[in-house]
Order: sequence, then C-alpha cells, then structure tokens
Amino acid sequence: MKTKSNIERLLEAGKFVVTSECGPPRGADAEVIRKKGALLKGVVDAVNVTDNQTSIVRMSSLSACLILKEMGIDPIWQVVCRDRNRIAIQSDILGAAALGINNILCLSGDHQSFGDNPKAKNVYDIDSTQLIGAVKQLRDDGKFLGGDDVKEGRPNLFIGAAENPFGDPFEIRAMRLGKKVRAGCEFIQTQGIYNLEKFAKWMEMVRDLGLHEKCAILAGVIPLKSAGMAKYMKSSVPGMDIPDELIDRLKGVPKEKQGEEGIKICVEQIQRVKEIPGVRGVHVMAIEWEEKVAEIVKAAGLSPRPE
Amino acid sequence: MIVGNRKSLEEILELVKPYKKILLLGCRECITVCAAGGEREVGVLASELKIARKKEGGDIEIKEFTLERQCDVEYIDQIKPFIDEYEAVVSMACGAGINYTADCFPKKIVLPAINTTFMGVSTEQGVWSERCQGCGECILHLTGGVCPVARCAKSIFNGPCGGSANGVCEVNKDTDCAWQLIIDRLKGQGKLENYEKIIDIKDWSSARDGGPRTRIREDLRLN
Amino acid sequence: MRLSYPTNIKIVKVPCTGRVDVLTMLKAFEAGADGVCVAGCLEGECHFLKGNLRARKRVMYLKQLLQELGIEPERAAIYNLSSAQGQRFAQIAQDMTDIIRALGPTPVKG
Repeated sequence: MKTKSNIERLLEAGKFVVTSECGPPRGADAEVIRKKGALLKGVVDAVNVTDNQTSIVRMSSLSACLILKEMGIDPIWQVVCRDRNRIAIQSDILGAAALGINNILCLSGDHQSFGDNPKAKNVYDIDSTQLIGAVKQLRDDGKFLGGDDVKEGRPNLFIGAAENPFGDPFEIRAMRLGKKVRAGCEFIQTQGIYNLEKFAKWMEMVRDLGLHEKCAILAGVIPLKSAGMAKYMKSSVPGMDIPDELIDRLKGVPKEKQGEEGIKICVEQIQRVKEIPGVRGVHVMAIEWEEKVAEIVKAAGLSPRPE
Repeated sequence: MIVGNRKSLEEILELVKPYKKILLLGCRECITVCAAGGEREVGVLASELKIARKKEGGDIEIKEFTLERQCDVEYIDQIKPFIDEYEAVVSMACGAGINYTADCFPKKIVLPAINTTFMGVSTEQGVWSERCQGCGECILHLTGGVCPVARCAKSIFNGPCGGSANGVCEVNKDTDCAWQLIIDRLKGQGKLENYEKIIDIKDWSSARDGGPRTRIREDLRLN
Repeated sequence: MRLSYPTNIKIVKVPCTGRVDVLTMLKAFEAGADGVCVAGCLEGECHFLKGNLRARKRVMYLKQLLQELGIEPERAAIYNLSSAQGQRFAQIAQDMTDIIRALGPTPVKG
C-alpha cells in the first residue's frame, strides 16, 4: 500500500468499495459541508469533493476536503486543469498532502463557458492525463515537473481520474483509459451510467486491454429525481447517455413518486454493474440529494461498510 | 492568414468623435483576404463615417489609403509625406499592423478599427475558421495534422475529453471536436498507434507565455 | 405602352445586378439619395447565373449597414422582374417612392 487512503486499503483487501460526492456551497459556510458530510459518514468509504463543477464558483475543493477530513471522512480531492497552471497545481498537491488528504481525482474540468464566469481565461497548462503523471512523479520519483527534487516529504496521494465510457469516439474510450493507467492512474470513477449495455461493452474493451487489473474501476451512478431531470441531463449534459425507456419508466409513475422510482432504478443499476467483471466499486453521485445515499447503498445490499 | 472582424460602427464613431480629419488606413494582406480591412472595406467604412457625420449635420474629411502591408516599414513609410495633415489614423490592419503603424509614428493617435481574432483559413467563401495559435512548437506530426492547441476548446493534448459527442465539441455544436478529427485522421492513415502515445507536458515558453517573441535571421540583416 | 413612373428616380444602368457593389449603393446614400432600389432579373433567370442572387445578399448586407447607421433599412430594396414587365417596373417605382416618401428624407445632406 502506497498511501493512507481508505479506498486503496479496501481495494487491496479485495472489497467492493462505495464512494459518493459532496458539492461545496456557493458561500463560505462550513456548516453546509458538515451537514452533507454527516449524511455520508460511515455510509460510504470515501467522498469526492468537486472542484468548481460546471465552472461555477464555489468554496474551494481543498478547503471542503479538510472540513470533511476533520469529521473523520476520507475525502477524494478533485482537481481540474482549467483554473491552475503547473506551479499552482504542484503547490496545492503538496499542501493537500500536508493536510492529510489521501486521494486525488485528476480532471480536465468543464469548459468555463458553461459556468457563471464565461468571460474567464482558462489555463489548461497541462491536461488530466498529464496531471496524473505529475502526481505520480511527485510521489514516486520525488521530482517536481521542473526536475528538482522534492525535499521534506513526498505527497502520498492515491491517484484517480474520471473516464466517460459514453463519450465519442466510443472505440478509443478504453484506449484512452489505457493512457491514463500508463500515466499512473490507480482508480477510475466513470461518468454516470444509464446505458448498461454500452457500459458492459466498454468494460469488455477495458478487460481486453487488461486495464481492470492495473486500475480499479468504480462505476458511476446518478439517481434521477424526476423524468424532467432525466430529460434535461440527456439533452444538456455533455456525454450523458440516458436510454428513452428509463425516461418512460419515470414518466409512467405519478410525479410525486418519480424520486422513489429513480432510487429504485439506481439500486438496480448498482446491482447490475456489480456483476460486471472488473467493476470494483460504485460511485454514487446524488446531486444535491446526499440524504438519499444511505438509502441507496443499503437497498443495494452494500451496508454496512467494512471497517 | 490573420483573421479579423471590423469593430461596430458605433464603437468606431466613438473613437473618432474628437476628429474632423482622419487617415483611414487599410492593408492589402490577410485583412483584405478575410474581407475586414482591405481597400473595399476602407471605402465602406469611410462612406459610413461620412454618412453618420452628415446625419448629425457635421462633416469629416477622410483620406482613404490602403498599404501593401502595414507590418513592413517600407510600406508604412508611404504615408510619411501626408500623415501630419490628419489628426488621427484609423487603422484597418490586423493588430500587428495597427501596432506597427503606431510604432512608426509615436506622436500620432492611431485608432483600431479591427478586432483581430485568429490565424486561420477560409473553409468556404465568406467563412473563416481558426487553425493555429502560434505556440512556437508544432506537434501536428503527432496529431494527424489537426492542432489540439488551436482547435480543442481546452487545448488538451491527450483528448478527447468527456464532452465530445457525435464529433462535436461540448462548448459549441458548430465546432468539430478536434480529438475526433485527430482520431479519424490517424485511423484513415493507419496510424492509430500514434494515439497510444501519451503526449508529454508542453513547453509553453516558446508560446506567448514566454513573453513577447522576436525572430532574427542574422544572414538577412543589413547591419 | 407609354407608362409613367415617378420622376424623382435616377436610373443607373448596370450590365447585371451582380455588378452592384455594397459601396456603390452606400455612396448613393452618402451623396444624399433617400433610397436605393435594385431591379434585377427574375430569380433563376440571370444571364450570368447568380448575379441577381448575389445582389440580393449585398442589399441585405447594405440593410445591416444602414441599421448600424440609424437609417431605415427599408430605404434599400431589391426587386426581381423581367424586361418584359414594364407595368411591374412602373408599379415598383411607384411603391418604392411611396415607401420613401412616407419615411421622409434621410438626415444625410449631400
């Protein structure tokens, strides 16, 4: 084991891991994070903290991680390449490790045109694959990107990334994961899965390349609150593949029952992805619906979590 | 070519508000080819300015002049004999030309009439599209001749990101995903193995990030 | 036919409306004209294939320039008619004059 990460430990022990996420507030109130944290503590093995997701300004991911850490949760610090150059990113990596953060999720980040500051300049000094390599280099080789030695403590982070099995072109999606794995990625959380058939096909490609043995694949699921949310995500969220029969199934129940049905669907999806060879965990993204995570995890038969 | 867009009439009118006698200076290079600041556009803008002034009961004297290039001192020198007759120069060259005209006549007020946008190509008559950002270290041999720096909204080197759908960029449905183009190109050339290589972190010091750039060919210098 | 049309119209002959440039029309306004009307051949019957279609696009572009100048875009127009339609020409001349008269003179003094 390279790090003190809870999920690295559980994965090494062969356990099926469960992660979830927590979006920081659009303000400075730490209580918001603590409340969300309280809903997830003990329910999942680690909690992602998003980094200005959809390019909307929020409390810093690292600060929110620390708040969760102080509550005894193992946070997964998300870092996007959109807002910071290699100087800031390396510095933050050292800072995060110093604060006891054990996991990093390397992302390119949504383009700023989607957010509340579309007039911003983006950075993209490095991309997500290169960021993975940078973390690995700092941790394993003790070398900064500029070539100097890391003195006084290497950052011991468990390295993760995201991959969208539904993005185009589909045929290279597994190959692209291969590049991330070669760069040093140790776990992957996928984009929310609704099209199980396509995901299974992607996993087949992943297994053909042997990537599931070098990198833990955590399948992403997002519970749908309503048919409206499903339709919105299908049409407006890039790279989201929601089959029509799922939307029809939600439409088929009265509005006030759609949330319940959405949770039922999510639980079924977890049970099905769990059976796919190579899937070593699930990542439950209950967007502003953290109170339902415990229910979903329990219904999926994944409670209680291993010590 | 360098592509630009003329500023709105309203903005240009505001810039020339204090002046009654201006030199409207076009350029016959790229900005002519992209139909933003050549002889013809100089004529149109001059006419528009005169109409606008007349509407307010005023007047403006405009000398229309289009240089072969506004980025070469030999050509800029051509306006030397008469530039002082005008209160201001309104340049319709690209940003480089506007800068250089101002550099050559530091006492003169030089006003921009063009917003310079990108280095690109004409994909069909009347349509221009970005191709190069002048990063100073070309990697087109790795990417099938499609530049991820200029043509990917995130300039990522190991794409595509998760937002590529049906060959289109998540940022704008009218923009092709550069990485889809790269993969299609490599596949067509039987060179998909190129895609397998992780492209290393870029040295941006050769780009604008390293500071303003200069190129010198000693053998061509006169002194 | 001895048709009459308003005398305030000045005819500028061109070999094809494809020859009509934005600047040509803009110069008319600059010189104080209150309107510009392009009379092109029927669509699909241009001797040079697309002259009249190009002219239409240029008139549309001119309308944008007029808009920017705060001059009513209705002052620029393009009609399509054949040389055998004298009656229609007289009617268009009358219609255009009526439109311009209703708008009044442009604030541009030639």
